[in-house]
Amino acid sequence: MDSQFWTYLLVGITFTIYIVIAIWSRAQSTKEFYIAGAGINPIINGMATAADWMSAASFLSMAGLISVLGYGGSQYLMGWTGGYVLLALCLAPYLRKFGKFTVPDFIGERYYSSNARLIALICAIFISFTYVVGQMKGVGVAFSRFLEIPFENGVIIGIGIVFFYAVLGGMKGITYTQVAQYCVLIFAFTVPAIYLSLQATGNPIPQLGFGSKTMDGVYLLEKLNQLSVDLGFEKYTDVNRTTLINVFFITAALMFGTAGLPHVIVRFFTVPKVRDARISAGWALLFISILYTTAPAVAAFAKVNLINTVSNARYADVPDWFKNWENTGLLQFDDKNQDGVIQYVADSQINELTVDPDIMVLANPEIANLPAWVVGLIVAGGLAAALSTAAGLLLVISTSISHDLLKKNLNPKISEKGELRAARIAIAVAVVAAGLAGLNPPGFVAEVVALAFGLAASSFFPAIILGIFDKRMNKEGAISGMIVGILFTAIYIFYFKPQLGGPGTPDNYLFGISPEGIGTIGMFINFIIAIIVSRFTKPTPERIKQLVENIRYPK
Amino acid sequence: MKKKYATETKQISNIERKEIEEIKNTILKKKYWKQNLIYLRILLTVWFICSFGFGILMAEYLNNFYLGGFPLGFWFAQQGSIYIFVILIFIYVYLMNKLDEKYNLKE
Repeated sequence: MDSQFWTYLLVGITFTIYIVIAIWSRAQSTKEFYIAGAGINPIINGMATAADWMSAASFLSMAGLISVLGYGGSQYLMGWTGGYVLLALCLAPYLRKFGKFTVPDFIGERYYSSNARLIALICAIFISFTYVVGQMKGVGVAFSRFLEIPFENGVIIGIGIVFFYAVLGGMKGITYTQVAQYCVLIFAFTVPAIYLSLQATGNPIPQLGFGSKTMDGVYLLEKLNQLSVDLGFEKYTDVNRTTLINVFFITAALMFGTAGLPHVIVRFFTVPKVRDARISAGWALLFISILYTTAPAVAAFAKVNLINTVSNARYADVPDWFKNWENTGLLQFDDKNQDGVIQYVADSQINELTVDPDIMVLANPEIANLPAWVVGLIVAGGLAAALSTAAGLLLVISTSISHDLLKKNLNPKISEKGELRAARIAIAVAVVAAGLAGLNPPGFVAEVVALAFGLAASSFFPAIILGIFDKRMNKEGAISGMIVGILFTAIYIFYFKPQLGGPGTPDNYLFGISPEGIGTIGMFINFIIAIIVSRFTKPTPERIKQLVENIRYPK
Repeated sequence: MKKKYATETKQISNIERKEIEEIKNTILKKKYWKQNLIYLRILLTVWFICSFGFGILMAEYLNNFYLGGFPLGFWFAQQGSIYIFVILIFIYVYLMNKLDEKYNLKE
């Protein structure tokens, strides 16, 4: 049976599971729809958070990026995990104690201002929407590449599935489907990694195999360093001094951004108690770390395999998969010196092979000669990663509209039933809008996805931290901090992203920091402005001080 | 007359007891929060040193040492820091659960 058959079979089975779960876990009240009735077991919530968190980018693109960047790829590994420490220690328990539905809810109440709520709401929608469009695109790509379904139809199938379970089940349905999706994606990611590790080093655990000796008695990483040097690249494990500051700032922006992303924070509202919120963040990171410690191993194995297979190979002799992937444009061979041999080297004048990083995960099963069903597994896993993240984000968008905007701002008298209906309509509209945008992604979207972190770091993170740890922080301080922080970050990004039509060039970067890392500076600016302004304006009212006092203690 | 006086003092001491209880509570809560902040400071320092320190700023130097086949700085950046993050959270959970119990703040 070929890989096409397995792909249809595995994608079909997993989609059926998601739909069955959705029907079984319909939401009956707004509390169930927004936060799953605050009755989710912390381990289950940890798993759902992990699936919510790990997007198509984590699953499909990250290992490839690391294999290209070597040590430089560490910024994604540390950046996308370290934020959970901040969440567990500084945010999740207190927000759980606060016990409302959304992040704008917290900002609005803590800063006793519907303007603050409105600003938070706009930030939440903007961040989540740019992020979700990227997921929809990922769904379309996965379908079109493996099932030979046109890209548009792929997106439409994806919309249909998310529509069904998100509209029906709200947070409750999403949570239980995310648990299933986590299982699918982690299985799909680790199985090929175990195969690769066994083949390369005889050790079944990729995290260890990565640091073991290969069959010829040389350490894998040493071999990879040697191969890289031979081809004129930098050593794989070497630290590049010129970009170190940038690695530092990007790592920080991703960490603080993680801790400020509304769709992650809201997951901690779904557990019953404060202590559950703490431990739940621990479980989430444990489940995430399984993928995040495997990914760098996959990156190294895949790079060794790729170099061994293609470097100085005669084009006439390359395996079938090479030509298959050439057809998709992810691999490009241009025989510059007409010798019929592939030169894969650092020098762009001589180099003849262009490799899209995504191929490191996508083509792994074929490069390593793995069984056909593994290909199907990877497609099902990639779809699980994209759909679970999309659903979590869409819920944030719909809650922001039905709860924060409609209930809290426009029509406070709306009935429970009316609000639930509004929430369903809002999520339905959001799914369709995200799908349409995914069909014709505005050019800037793909770029902005990675930058959503910078925006979250420079807006929400300081406002929430100060709201918990600084009783004197008042609405004037928080609002001015958020506005200046996010504006600074957004303007810097637009200025220095040529893809967005910005005129800036890397030579003019502030302290050499690229747009991906500028959120860290934006965050510091937010903190400083907020603290200064708050010390020169009216003090916080007594009842707000009481509120802050109250969220600091579990009972 | 004597009897009435006795009940009055009893009432006063009841009110006082309540007040004392409240003051005691506030002091205990302050202590609880202070201890929490100490935990945060220590754990976040470890968090910073292992990731930004060992994994980034000192990575080049640490790469002179090896852990099996891993240059040490590279290992911290791509493996070690992540393990440490997970451990840090579980340590914090353990410490806070004990602290909640000690100060009778367990839900």
